Amino acid sequence: MTEPFVSRGFRGRRQPSAVESRLPPGQYETPDFPVLSAGPTPRTTLQTWDFTIRDRNGATARWSWDEFKGLPHETITTDIHCVTKWSKFDTVWEGVSVDTLLAAASVRGVESAPYALAVSDGAYTTNLPLADLTGGKAWVAVKYNSLPLTPEHGGPARLLVPHLYFWKSAKWVRQLRFMERDQPGFWESLGYHNYGDPWREQRYSGD
Amino acid sequence: MDEDPGKRFEAAGEQSDPTRLDGNAAAGILSEIFVSDLTVARATCANCGTNRALGALMVYAHGMGTIMRCPNCDAAVLRVARTRAHLQLDLSGARLVVVPSAPAPFAT
Amino acid sequence: MDSVLVPPRPRTISWQLATVVSTTIETPRARTLVLQVPGWAGHRPGQHLDVRLTSEDGYQTERSYSIASPPEASRIALTVERLDDGEVSPYLTDVLRVGDQLELRGPIGGYFVWHVALGGPVLLVAGGSGIVPLMAMLRHRAIVLETGDARMRHNVPARLLYSARSWDDVFYRNELTQLARDDETFEAAFTLTREHPAGWNGFRRRIDRMMLAEIAWPPAERPQIFVCGSTPLVESVAAELVELGHDPALVKTERFGPTGASA
Repeated sequence: MTEPFVSRGFRGRRQPSAVESRLPPGQYETPDFPVLSAGPTPRTTLQTWDFTIRDRNGATARWSWDEFKGLPHETITTDIHCVTKWSKFDTVWEGVSVDTLLAAASVRGVESAPYALAVSDGAYTTNLPLADLTGGKAWVAVKYNSLPLTPEHGGPARLLVPHLYFWKSAKWVRQLRFMERDQPGFWESLGYHNYGDPWREQRYSGD
Repeated sequence: MDEDPGKRFEAAGEQSDPTRLDGNAAAGILSEIFVSDLTVARATCANCGTNRALGALMVYAHGMGTIMRCPNCDAAVLRVARTRAHLQLDLSGARLVVVPSAPAPFAT
Repeated sequence: MDSVLVPPRPRTISWQLATVVSTTIETPRARTLVLQVPGWAGHRPGQHLDVRLTSEDGYQTERSYSIASPPEASRIALTVERLDDGEVSPYLTDVLRVGDQLELRGPIGGYFVWHVALGGPVLLVAGGSGIVPLMAMLRHRAIVLETGDARMRHNVPARLLYSARSWDDVFYRNELTQLARDDETFEAAFTLTREHPAGWNGFRRRIDRMMLAEIAWPPAERPQIFVCGSTPLVESVAAELVELGHDPALVKTERFGPTGASA
């Protein structure tokens, strides 16, 4: 069997990381913040933006931008891991915990379910078990590095679920929809892993 | 639904996405699946009915997969991702794909 | 109806190894690589190929590069512009040398293609490295017209509008000015956006509607138009051409992404 071809003198952009133990398997650390896009960048104005949580019966809790601003916000410092192999350490976000949102939704009669589908402007979707959105594991983030989230990085607001591969942190998120049964989202329906745990290297279905 | 033929050429500005490419950019990965050059094939968008050559679709190909979108309504017409041992192709956004071929023998 | 070439008999395109035969400095930031590609079955002007680099630990990355050489040439040429923070272009411009092998596949992409049989007039609009596929078209045109009937050239008049930062950043500078001198049916206009040499008589600004109106044929002539360069430039130019009345079906675009050069 012939040896695979190697391009003489090519290293690529990756730098070896000094903190290997913080890296999930197969990842490398980047100082950049790459922007991956699957479609045009939505440009929703704050006047038209709202965030809703909706259950299977159609009961809805809704916040306008001003109402959302009135909710308690937290600052989150976390590592993030993209399935395309870059990881970024100590990213700083500000947002509302999904626990807070779910509690408020529950008061308004929205019934939870085992699974949720995050739905974004531009028709992007991603699915998560309820258990991965609760217990202090998920936020709807509106700031990155103390500045309002730019459209390129998912602004006005994106989901932030850093314990899973970053495609689960849906940019331009507008709705969480409760589902009785799990339903694969945009990438999950195209061969990516349904759950996406970077520590078990669950990049693709079957991993 | 109306197709605005100039729509894919909205003047660059706030709405322009500097990272998007033309259908040509997907030709390489499509050549791993199709024997014919699909960029000269025509697709009908299942969402709005626009009929264009795939070379005229907007391509978003940064990272996780290659997404070809309708120049009129931005719906995903064709999606392809490379997983560990497969290429996964979703053509559900195309109602019909018409590929030029050599005429059949004895065709009048 | 988009005018496209019916493709030749279909065949699969596989990765193969080419050998670098020579390299030429085009501009301070750009280099032309001439490649020997075994079994190359020919290409159409405007097509590109994909290049794949592999590091020793198995990491791979791919980029597309337009073919600069015409189908009539015996070897394949690529012109690569170095992006300072690029991952692939600095390798191709600074590290790759004569005798090295390069993994590639092609030719790819029958949509952004022009050749003499498609007729004219043809308007080519280039921003920066976007000139590369258009140069393949112009080189092909020059060879075909040289060997053909003298009247043929009047059937395929061509005009080029080429935007670059400075005169030093113009690829194929001498070849283009020579071509325009020798062939009355080819006109080249340059616009330099950042600096220009003393005595410069050409345009000195980004391509805009007025410039296009001046250079392009009237829409009634139905020129085939090819626009190539960075995504913002291509979108702006294409939008202006449509505003001027050109049929969008006759405007073919090849966006190179945010910077106009493959990273």
